Amino acid sequence: MLEIVIFSTLNGVLYGMLLFMLASGLTLVFSMMGVLNFAHASFYMLGAYFGFEISRHFGFWPGFVLAPLLVGGIGVLVERFGLRRLHRLGHVSELLFTFGLAFVIEEVVQMIWGKLPVDYQTPPSLDFVAFRLFDTTYPAYRMFMLITAVAMFATLLLVLTKTRVGLIIQAALTHPDMVAMLGHDVPRLFMVVFGAGAALAGLAGVIAGPALVTQPSMAALLGPILFVVIVVGGLGSLTGAFVASLLIGIVQTFAVAMNFSLSGLFGPVAPPLLGDLWQVTVAQLAPILPYLLLVTMLIFRPTGLIGKRES
Amino acid sequence: MGVALSLVDLHKSFGPTEIIRGVSLDVAAGERHAIIGPNGAGKSTLFHLISGRLKLTAGEVRLNGARIDGLPPHQICRRGLSRSFQITNIFPRMSVYENLRCAALWSLGHKYAFWAPLDGLRDVSEKADWLMERIGLTARRDVQAGVLTYAEQRALEIGVTIGGGADVLLLDEPTAGMNRAESEQAVALIRQVTEGKTLVMVEHDMDVVFNLADRISVLVYGRIVASGAPSCIRENDAVREAYLGQATGS
Amino acid sequence: MTPFVRFLWPWLALAIVFAGVPQIFSSGSALTMMSVMGEMIIFALSFNMLLGQTGLLSFGHAVYFGLGGFVAIHAMNALIHAKAGVPIVVMPLVGGAAGLAFGLLFGFISTKRAGLVFSMISLGLGELVSSSSFVLRSFFGGEEGITTNRTKLAPFFGHRFGSQIEVYYLVAVWCFLCIAAMYALTRTPFGRMCNAVRENGERVEYVGYSAQTIRFIAFSFASFFAGIAGGLTAINFEIMNSQQLGAQQSALVLLMSYIGGVGYFAGPIVGAIVITFLQISLSDVTDVWQLYLGLLFIGFVLFAPGGIVGWLMLHRDAMLKRGLWGLAPAYAMVAPALAASFIGAVMLIELAERELALARSEGSAMRLFGFAVDAASLAPWSIALILFCGGVGATWLLWPRVTDAWDAVNVRLTARTQAWASPSR
Repeated sequence: MLEIVIFSTLNGVLYGMLLFMLASGLTLVFSMMGVLNFAHASFYMLGAYFGFEISRHFGFWPGFVLAPLLVGGIGVLVERFGLRRLHRLGHVSELLFTFGLAFVIEEVVQMIWGKLPVDYQTPPSLDFVAFRLFDTTYPAYRMFMLITAVAMFATLLLVLTKTRVGLIIQAALTHPDMVAMLGHDVPRLFMVVFGAGAALAGLAGVIAGPALVTQPSMAALLGPILFVVIVVGGLGSLTGAFVASLLIGIVQTFAVAMNFSLSGLFGPVAPPLLGDLWQVTVAQLAPILPYLLLVTMLIFRPTGLIGKRES
Repeated sequence: MGVALSLVDLHKSFGPTEIIRGVSLDVAAGERHAIIGPNGAGKSTLFHLISGRLKLTAGEVRLNGARIDGLPPHQICRRGLSRSFQITNIFPRMSVYENLRCAALWSLGHKYAFWAPLDGLRDVSEKADWLMERIGLTARRDVQAGVLTYAEQRALEIGVTIGGGADVLLLDEPTAGMNRAESEQAVALIRQVTEGKTLVMVEHDMDVVFNLADRISVLVYGRIVASGAPSCIRENDAVREAYLGQATGS
Repeated sequence: MTPFVRFLWPWLALAIVFAGVPQIFSSGSALTMMSVMGEMIIFALSFNMLLGQTGLLSFGHAVYFGLGGFVAIHAMNALIHAKAGVPIVVMPLVGGAAGLAFGLLFGFISTKRAGLVFSMISLGLGELVSSSSFVLRSFFGGEEGITTNRTKLAPFFGHRFGSQIEVYYLVAVWCFLCIAAMYALTRTPFGRMCNAVRENGERVEYVGYSAQTIRFIAFSFASFFAGIAGGLTAINFEIMNSQQLGAQQSALVLLMSYIGGVGYFAGPIVGAIVITFLQISLSDVTDVWQLYLGLLFIGFVLFAPGGIVGWLMLHRDAMLKRGLWGLAPAYAMVAPALAASFIGAVMLIELAERELALARSEGSAMRLFGFAVDAASLAPWSIALILFCGGVGATWLLWPRVTDAWDAVNVRLTARTQAWASPSR
């Protein structure tokens, strides 16, 4: 029992960190530009696939460095030639553009790599057991993922709070017009931030690929959960996104570990109308939990956990 | 003649910053009351508090004796208080006529009717035509509100505000951005449409204020420092200090 | 022309088209396609009640379509089992009622907020229902879905609706009724206030209306009509599966409405017809038809946000100002360039697709625009590249002529176009 709790907590925190890697980029872009990037999870997917492809030819570590840069580059191009044209038409057009983009990226990925999952392997250098607790082992690769995620946050925090660019970005988060009037090249700033957000998502993809399945539907599977995270956390709040990511990460992971069902607890005979639900295990309900959380949150606290900015 | 609008010790804080620090005011029915004050005094905030856009931190707002603080804006509007906005807040892609129709719909009792054709409702079209006539935009009936000239938009703004037939009108800087000629026209319009109604107006243009107002209140840093007839306000030391800084000598 | 005639003739024309079209395109597959178009028209119009009319962008509208269909199909099975005398013609109403019920339930939560948060809620709810459908197997039938047999229901004036033509007419009648109903709604006080909410949700509150109530009522109506479309689909295909309430279906209806044009009532009708046609015919010709749809959508978002109908209306305005001929020379010059870019792009995509499939060990022989080509050879690639690059370059160079021609037509037109180019802000 304790074993399950410890490992589930570890995995839950890891999953939560992964979610936050994605949610933070999304929140930054949203706060600064007002654009909710539907294709953010697609950048994550591209990171995984680029990482896979590069690792096939040159090894994992070159992929670890290059893939996020490539995805960041794509992000820059998307902002420069797509979103920038649409600023004047309003946020809905920008949202729809990223929506179409997500669609197209998924199709292109399917075209290039096929519909089946690809074999993105953990690098041999990290393919060992980190520690053993009771009877279960914990892979070193997951520890690596955790370390990378934490390192990424630390860097993000440092850049935002200690560098000049970071200061400008913080200002532009709430007052982009004012920043423009102070003489900073705000369009270029947007491009850089969007590209950085994409690169972050790509990095998440590169490290998550070997651990989770790398397949064309990975963006579509993670995307909605990502949006749940930012709505539950409160649109535009980094802290909220952090709390919500961990919350959802842990809740879902614990749910998957729980294999009991109502039939297991109360016996095999189901009361009327509950037939299906009686046999269902909590683990099977795991994919639904984030959305249940969303609906509950919206009924009782519509502005999210730490709601700040109204769209 | 009673008190149409009563503000009782209003307080509003945003976090640790208190913007409105105890405003009390009684506006008599049929009175034209102007609120003036330097920038940042909290005039727009005050309007937001009265019209339900912001929640009070403390205090009461009474409309014809009944409390309206805490009610959502649409409820306050239905009770007979209507406001205009400093930055024109109309329906940009609808025509002038459509804008006015929307403004008049609720007060004519049609509510959320989805069973009757709008064009067939005589009372609505007549009211819209009448409003258009009063604000002088009949010639621009089918023009999209978003492409009207600035002064025309401000006139439409007033039209939409009075469309519901409210008895208490809050006008937020109605002549902002207008030149002399346009201001004069706007003042004439305001005087005409507020005949017999209660008007509370925020204004910066002193000519407009002294032209229209029966009484003036001066709001400085969230407090009313003076309130009374225009002639008294003109002479008031505290008001001079607020606008012009410390008096040299005396 | 009296006002009455001016009002009546489009509806008469529509009825004649609906009635007459199967006489022209009478093959089984054409009838099926037209039946699907009818269902999609209702679905897309219901979606546009939210987006185009009230400014609510929903990413989960297929929920009401799908749930309507599932309830209808279960109802049909129940009626067949009970040998009840209910004819099939009222089954879409059952779908509608189900759509309405769920619309009231979910709408109550969804419409508390507007704008972006509404969109995210719709996405979350859509996923909630979609994931639940895999758990509740007895209602949703798991992977196989739920089937029925429409001919087993009580006959309606002798018709058992076994043949596709009978189904087509059933769909056509319901489609006509729904178009009329939804159009009528836009002309009511409620409909006008929906537009006001879209234009300026804040100001609506200050003219005495609760924007939330308006959104809720609009949402309920939209769900009702989506449910009718779902019911018709259940009748037409005699099967419902959980794909039909999922994200793909929600994306499809968004695509249809947007490409047709959300700013005009007829936009979603046009979009539904065009996209259904493309969907069905393209999937026979190419494997990557979804990619084309996605690119088409992005193209419209970037270059023609008014959709097909919006684009047509621009030209109608030009025509009214007698400026249409002025555009002709510029269009004539740009058209070949655009065509070349388009053909080149398609060739590149298809060739690439074949090459990539090759890498996954399938053959390299293929058909392009009716010609047999070998994707591994240089020739088709060179032609494709030349067409595409040349076409794009020429378009870019010649485009100023088009914009100049438009400027000459009317300056005020530009102001109006930009004003409504964004469906909501």
